[in-house]
Amino acid sequence: MVSVCFYFQVHQPFRVRKYRVFDIGSPNYFSYEGESNLNNKLVLEKVARKCYIPANKLLLKLLRKHEKFKVSFSLSGVVIEQFERFFPEVLDSFKELVKTGKVELLGETYYHSLAFLKSRREFVRQVKKHERKLWQVFKIKPQVFRNTELIYNNELARVAGELGYSGVLAEGHEKILGWRSPNFVYSPAGAKRIKLLLKNYKLSDDIAFRFSERSWSEWPLTASKFSAWVSALNGNADTVNLFMDYETFGEHQWQSTGIFEFLESLPKELLKHPDNDFKTPSEVIASYPARDTIDAPYFISWADIERDLSAWLGNKMQLAALNSLYSLEQDVMQTRDEALIDSWAKLQTSDHFYYMCTKWFSDGDVHKYFNPYESPYDAFINFMNVLNDLKARIDDKLKRRKLLNDNKHL
Amino acid sequence: MRVLMFGWEFPPYNSGGLGTACKGLAKALAKKGAKIFFVMPRKVDVDADYLEFIFADKSKHFVVNSLLTPYSSVQSYAERYIEEKTSNSLYGQDLFEEIERYARVAESIASSVDFDVIHAHDWMTFKAACRAKKVSKKKLVVHVHATEFDRTGGNGFNAKVYEIEKQGLEEADKVIAVSNYTKRKIIEVYGIPEEKICVAHNGVEFENVCLERAHKLKEKNKIVLFVGRLTLQKGPDYFIYAAKKVLELKPNTIFLVAGSGDMECFLINKVAEMGIADRVLFTGFLRGRELSRAYAMADVYVMPSVSEPFGISPLEALTHQTPVLISKQSGVSEVLRHCLKADFWDIDEIANKIIAMLSFPELGDCMLENSQEELPKITWEKTAEKCMEVYSSLKW
Repeated sequence: MVSVCFYFQVHQPFRVRKYRVFDIGSPNYFSYEGESNLNNKLVLEKVARKCYIPANKLLLKLLRKHEKFKVSFSLSGVVIEQFERFFPEVLDSFKELVKTGKVELLGETYYHSLAFLKSRREFVRQVKKHERKLWQVFKIKPQVFRNTELIYNNELARVAGELGYSGVLAEGHEKILGWRSPNFVYSPAGAKRIKLLLKNYKLSDDIAFRFSERSWSEWPLTASKFSAWVSALNGNADTVNLFMDYETFGEHQWQSTGIFEFLESLPKELLKHPDNDFKTPSEVIASYPARDTIDAPYFISWADIERDLSAWLGNKMQLAALNSLYSLEQDVMQTRDEALIDSWAKLQTSDHFYYMCTKWFSDGDVHKYFNPYESPYDAFINFMNVLNDLKARIDDKLKRRKLLNDNKHL
Repeated sequence: MRVLMFGWEFPPYNSGGLGTACKGLAKALAKKGAKIFFVMPRKVDVDADYLEFIFADKSKHFVVNSLLTPYSSVQSYAERYIEEKTSNSLYGQDLFEEIERYARVAESIASSVDFDVIHAHDWMTFKAACRAKKVSKKKLVVHVHATEFDRTGGNGFNAKVYEIEKQGLEEADKVIAVSNYTKRKIIEVYGIPEEKICVAHNGVEFENVCLERAHKLKEKNKIVLFVGRLTLQKGPDYFIYAAKKVLELKPNTIFLVAGSGDMECFLINKVAEMGIADRVLFTGFLRGRELSRAYAMADVYVMPSVSEPFGISPLEALTHQTPVLISKQSGVSEVLRHCLKADFWDIDEIANKIIAMLSFPELGDCMLENSQEELPKITWEKTAEKCMEVYSSLKW
């Protein structure tokens, strides 16, 4: 039996508008109304048009057509917030998918952040906030957890288990697998209650990255070819975990590449083999035993060829920005000012650090494509200017509060 | 390959980037086995064993005694002419008469040297090169380092200079532009067909680099540096307007203006008027070790050029481990990625970026770290390779 387990990541950050040092004093960080890719509403509209709307429509059709077809999503809190604000009909289409009962939603940090690397308290706060959001919008409680960009180590599995999750996702990379196959369920080292699902990065990336690459020897990729690869694993696999950005469909791989036709025929082709089926992550965990223990003492992720943290923490700017940001945690929490805390947390979204990445010469093209700033240096300058404004507002707030308290005691 | 090369200046006797470029290119061409006869308008004491200089004032050649400097505008030439007339009555009436005279000498040089191709650098050599082409029937390559459009920022450019440039570009068998930026200008402003123009970006040489960063000024201040002629083209006015904005937030900053030119008085007055005269220091024209020292002690180098065909100076600053902010209206921005860029007119953005560099050392560190991988790829060897390709594409 091979269970195909789809997980699609849905996320859009609140990009920081062009913010010069002379703008300090203006609390407006995320609302740019101009024509560039810093306009969050415009970007969301574009991606919704190219991906979310047509892909949701197609998935709904497939879920209704094929009884066995199932998928899972993780929607970051910040993308849900943007749907609510700019595009409620897209959120409705996700709700409709969930209502089919064959779509699982995963837990993650509300702000799609790197909080796990810097502050356990903030990490837990964001996971809980995301759970509340999923309950409010979809009336579901997530069972399986995925951390931002599949950043993972033993400790993450342990913490996710403590938070009540029964499963956690990670990149199925040789770094942690060694000779073993990603196509089984595993136990994370040192975490008893939780199971580990590993991405089959070869098959996932065949769709997500190589689908339209004409220099690839397997181009063009058809649903029947892909299904044959999956079926060939029968007898030697429990699950094939296909994890990818949802924007693969229509945004990273444009409609003209035939990606939607591929997706449309995939369930039918996969189900032609009697031993294939589809399962959501929690179903995979319930259905298959853990075959071995995976030890991940160091962080891995699904990003770039390095599969490490270097896309976000690879240079001095990124480190400086991240450290300055988290150095504000105590103060910003003390303000008990919702707006300030929310702005601070929105700056934690991993994309802001990704934009500052200077690894341009190896896998730089992907970075450049996703970067709404002219350069990583511009991204850093913008971010630090905003951060300095936020810091000033926090200080101001605390000072005023102290003044008030002092007056009371007089 | 024997190249008759018409130049105007050669380090250490240069007033700007043209001399530096000629030296870098000629040296790299010689390394590739080309024999270069480098013609200069006047005798200077240069030493480069990889070239044969023709100063034209030794027995078998002619003296080309001239007031010309490649960057003089017609007006400033007239001023200098008045100054110098009394001491040397041999000089001609104006800039164009000098060019004519130089062109006449070129004829006899061309007939006394054995060469395969003519390569001329910028407009003042064009007439001479065309004349050399006429008598020798050899192919002509003109190399454009700057146009009248760049020098004047497109406002009030001199029709005669434009004519000479246009004629040279038209008579040339091939045109080499120092950037795509310049190539576009040659097409748009001079109407030269695209297929006749090749782009060969300049390189950078690592030599005599001073890395002495300490200086008394730095004890209490950060230093922001401008290097270039004080003319409209280089945008020194944008530099001082940005300085005013930076100083409002970063008072412990010194702005060094290294260079001379016709805007000097204006700039000094302006700085005084804005009340920042104690923060903006004019060093005059720097060369050699002094210039190297200035690059090394700066925390930020700014090139706010209004129109910069290439711009070697940011590369020089980077070799001195000084991060740079460059105008987007420049050729060098096509080859340099690990730097900050801004539109020359966007004073707020220039100031914003200077302040960021002064505030966050990680920014400069990152740019320098990455540019150390980028710089070695920007070589005169590559430029020379392109030139050799151009030479061999011409059938003679």
